[in-house]
Amino acid sequence: MGTLLTEEQKMIRDLCRQIAREKIKPVASEYDEKEEFPWPIVKILAESDIFGVYIAEEYGGMGGGVFEMALATEELSWGCGGIALAFAATGLGTFPIILFGNDEQKKKYLPKIAKGTIAAFCITEAEAGSDVGSIKTTAVKDGDYYVLNGTKQWITNGGEADIYTAIAMTNKSKGARGASAFIVEKGTKGLEFGKKEKKLGIRGSATREVVFNDCRIPKENLLSREGMGFIVAMKTFDYSRPGVASQAVGIAQRALDEAVAYAHQRKQFGQLISGFQGLQFMLADMSIQVEAARAMVYRAAKIVDSGEKNIAKLSAIAKTFASDTAMKVTTDAVQILGGYGYMREYPVEKLMRDAKITQIYEGTNQIQRGVIAANLIKELKKK
Amino acid sequence: MNIIVCIKQVPNTTQVRINPETNTLIREGVESVINPFDMYAIEEGIRLKEKLGGKVTVMSMGPPQAEEALREAISMGCDEGILVTDRAFAGSDTWATSYVLSQAVKKIGDFNIILCGKQASDGDTAQVGPGISTHLNIPQVTYVKKIESIEDEKIRVERMTEEGFEIIEAPVPCLLTVVKEINEPRLPSLKGKMRAKKSEIRKMTAEDLGCDFDKIGLDGSPTRVVKIFTPRPRKGGEILKGELSEIVEKITGELKSEL
Amino acid sequence: MSFEKKIKILKEVCVGCGFCVKVCPFAAIGMKSKKAVIDYDRCNLCGACVEACKFNAIEIKTLERKYDHASYKGVWVFCEQKKGEIQSVAYELLGEGRKLASKLNSKLCAVLLGEGVKEKAGDLFARGADIVYLVDSPHLKYYQDDPYSKVLTELINEFKPEVLLSGATTIGRSLIARVAIRINTGLTADCTGLDIDPEKKLLLQTRPAFGGNIMATIITPNHRPQMATVRHKVMKEAAVEKGRAGTLIEKEYKDEILSTRTNLIDVVEEMEETINLSEADIIVSGGRGIGGPENFKLIRELALALGGAVGSSRAAVDANWIPYSHQVGQTGKTVCPKIYIACGISGQIQHLIGMQSSKIIVAINKDPDAPIFKVATYGIVGDLFQVVPALTKKFKQILGK
Repeated sequence: MGTLLTEEQKMIRDLCRQIAREKIKPVASEYDEKEEFPWPIVKILAESDIFGVYIAEEYGGMGGGVFEMALATEELSWGCGGIALAFAATGLGTFPIILFGNDEQKKKYLPKIAKGTIAAFCITEAEAGSDVGSIKTTAVKDGDYYVLNGTKQWITNGGEADIYTAIAMTNKSKGARGASAFIVEKGTKGLEFGKKEKKLGIRGSATREVVFNDCRIPKENLLSREGMGFIVAMKTFDYSRPGVASQAVGIAQRALDEAVAYAHQRKQFGQLISGFQGLQFMLADMSIQVEAARAMVYRAAKIVDSGEKNIAKLSAIAKTFASDTAMKVTTDAVQILGGYGYMREYPVEKLMRDAKITQIYEGTNQIQRGVIAANLIKELKKK
Repeated sequence: MNIIVCIKQVPNTTQVRINPETNTLIREGVESVINPFDMYAIEEGIRLKEKLGGKVTVMSMGPPQAEEALREAISMGCDEGILVTDRAFAGSDTWATSYVLSQAVKKIGDFNIILCGKQASDGDTAQVGPGISTHLNIPQVTYVKKIESIEDEKIRVERMTEEGFEIIEAPVPCLLTVVKEINEPRLPSLKGKMRAKKSEIRKMTAEDLGCDFDKIGLDGSPTRVVKIFTPRPRKGGEILKGELSEIVEKITGELKSEL
Repeated sequence: MSFEKKIKILKEVCVGCGFCVKVCPFAAIGMKSKKAVIDYDRCNLCGACVEACKFNAIEIKTLERKYDHASYKGVWVFCEQKKGEIQSVAYELLGEGRKLASKLNSKLCAVLLGEGVKEKAGDLFARGADIVYLVDSPHLKYYQDDPYSKVLTELINEFKPEVLLSGATTIGRSLIARVAIRINTGLTADCTGLDIDPEKKLLLQTRPAFGGNIMATIITPNHRPQMATVRHKVMKEAAVEKGRAGTLIEKEYKDEILSTRTNLIDVVEEMEETINLSEADIIVSGGRGIGGPENFKLIRELALALGGAVGSSRAAVDANWIPYSHQVGQTGKTVCPKIYIACGISGQIQHLIGMQSSKIIVAINKDPDAPIFKVATYGIVGDLFQVVPALTKKFKQILGK
């Protein structure tokens, strides 16, 4: 991959790689067991300027885009997919501000985030997962304020973040044009948090209910205009999708690395198991898929950064393929480690548990396939 | 605060291997790193700057590729890098090296503290730090594990000893050699790496420093290496076999005479 | 002298045997048209090739200077004292020093600085010193760089020893490094071997480099005294000859020699255990195989039964199972006990560097391929959780505890 990257991109990738190997890998299983938020790692990422990788220089960031963010996310996820989410999900919560914020909003929030303030994106509700149109959280204008009421579910970084970007209905009668996006700061009266969820994987990440209970926010915290809510959400997902995909690639690469290393030192029947063709073919297929996934992520990320309008299909393809790859590769890695792979003492079972979420969140792979198909038909009609 | 940190680029000693046939060091594929002890000196220098303001100049005597090490130090937070390089320095032992570095310090001019790592992981002599302070005739404290306080005129430090530590007060300017217990070196930041890339590394030659030619290089080195060899590898003994109780009997029997 | 003139291959003499190519530690010699060729960018003028060439086809030229060696006589040992007690490394150096002095046909002398230490001179005579140079002053009660290095410099300048040895302790390494610069002479630190070249009567100083991966023999051909520091527990202590007599030379110095720029404010002793790891004769060490901090209890019990100290590998320290002060290895302490018992330690080179000079190494590891078995005197492939308690029990029995 060397020649594809610029000097600066290599710098970002190499530093994140160093952090993943030296700081994240050694503590990953402890955070997985204890399900604690990795504040010490957040501090390191902040001090190394990683948090600002996708934020413009004028706001204290490094001036990179989705591509640079994907590079960083992949390397950090190699260390731990859950810990990397503290960074990646902050990106998800920040893109609404980057893409739709006005000058004051950008000046107020982006520098803080570049310095390591955690953000979170709140759209999902109990009755609105794939069907985001069915959200019930409301935002009612009251003089110079909006009052938010409702409960958001399964919010990554919920409770730990200081900045929340939330989608709420301002005008139910307008349907798809009836939602708006808002910025809510932690400490605002009426912003409450539910219990921390116990998850299958990515346990080093915090997932909580975010509750708006007559939460009053100044009208200046509206992003863009009323009615733009779902457009904000869709565009945000388009931008963050390569990041999710790169998280999956990072997890898959780690699984592949662990499987190769194990196979090349485990002896059975008098020889290294890496000598058995059956396993060699498995490892080869795993590698092919990881490389393909990475190539797709790079392409999708570059297209997003280029400013092109039609990014939805490639974005969805990258996310779908990378997450399916991660699930397959991590499962194969457990298989290759055999009995040891099943034991918590070895890192691969965690990788398998962590990989699963990438097929589910930020748009399930079923929704993604629907998006891809819809785009194919749209393209056909254009021809 | 004007802080000078002296560093050395060394081969990664954990990777250094001997070619068993030729009995020589295999240098290919061995990466060069900043001497591990110097990382602590760099970190301490940056911390002092962050606390008290000022400038950290990082300096190294070495071949042209030592520039990488200086850039790495800058990416951690040092302000300026100086490479003291000249073929005339080849063959320098610790006497000549510390003389050259002390000349470079004189050229830099004003300083409050010079920081060095305890020793270099290739030579392992721990002589260059004290050598620099003696050439400059400034006080030194070695094996510093903590800087307790620092004022314009004096500094108070904890010096590690075999039994614990001593608290020493030294006048400023002075030289300190530091041990690992003093801090945890930070990782470089992206902005630091960008700055390091653009940084201009000042070069100084023997002539720039006004070095006495018979005090540098081979001619300036009182010591000479006459032989290099691989240590006789320690031979393994025996793997004890049998029941646990038999093994325990055997070991306790063998070791008893040494107790 | 330009670099290219400093080292030269005498082409007429070179037979193209290639031996120098093999011997060069910096890969700085190549062959071209069957003659040796120096790569000046890599050459470090170490001289290994000159020594190796059987045909004397390689020359290293240095400045010709005159040195007066005849007036330098005597093998000196700087005898470190703490709280008025002479440190045992001094006795080891007196033991070694006697051998060197005999080969040089010289006297063995001890240098003692301190306050109220005059009566200790007797101990030094008993260990073989012919002369004791004593400087007794309140300014020398505790070690400080300035007074000690100035006093030692004065003594050397007046009495001109040909060799000076000191322990490679925190004091020794700071002090002798300074003195070597002041006097403009050569110093080799951390020697593991000392000898006298029979022809040239030079001190041959052998020491490890590259973390112990390589050994180098060094000489100080021209400058005097030839100085070396030696690590504790490497040499054997001199035998005690009770009642042996010698000459005491006591010197006094003016305030400007005894003054110090640094000041000792306090001394804090922090012994984690009652036995200092670096000094211990018996060490029981735990590594990654220990599995957790609670399990170090097993290690401690065995150490206690044997009257030894507890060590660890870096893996256990990094996992926060035991404090860094117990770490043995390249980035920890170097130890040289009679018995080193490594439990659950794989034996990576970084650890071996810190303990491979132990007299007897016992390794307990469940992995038969662990590198530590290559250096262990006795290897036990097994579960340390069974082996260690069994050993503890048996030792307690034998030693009647």
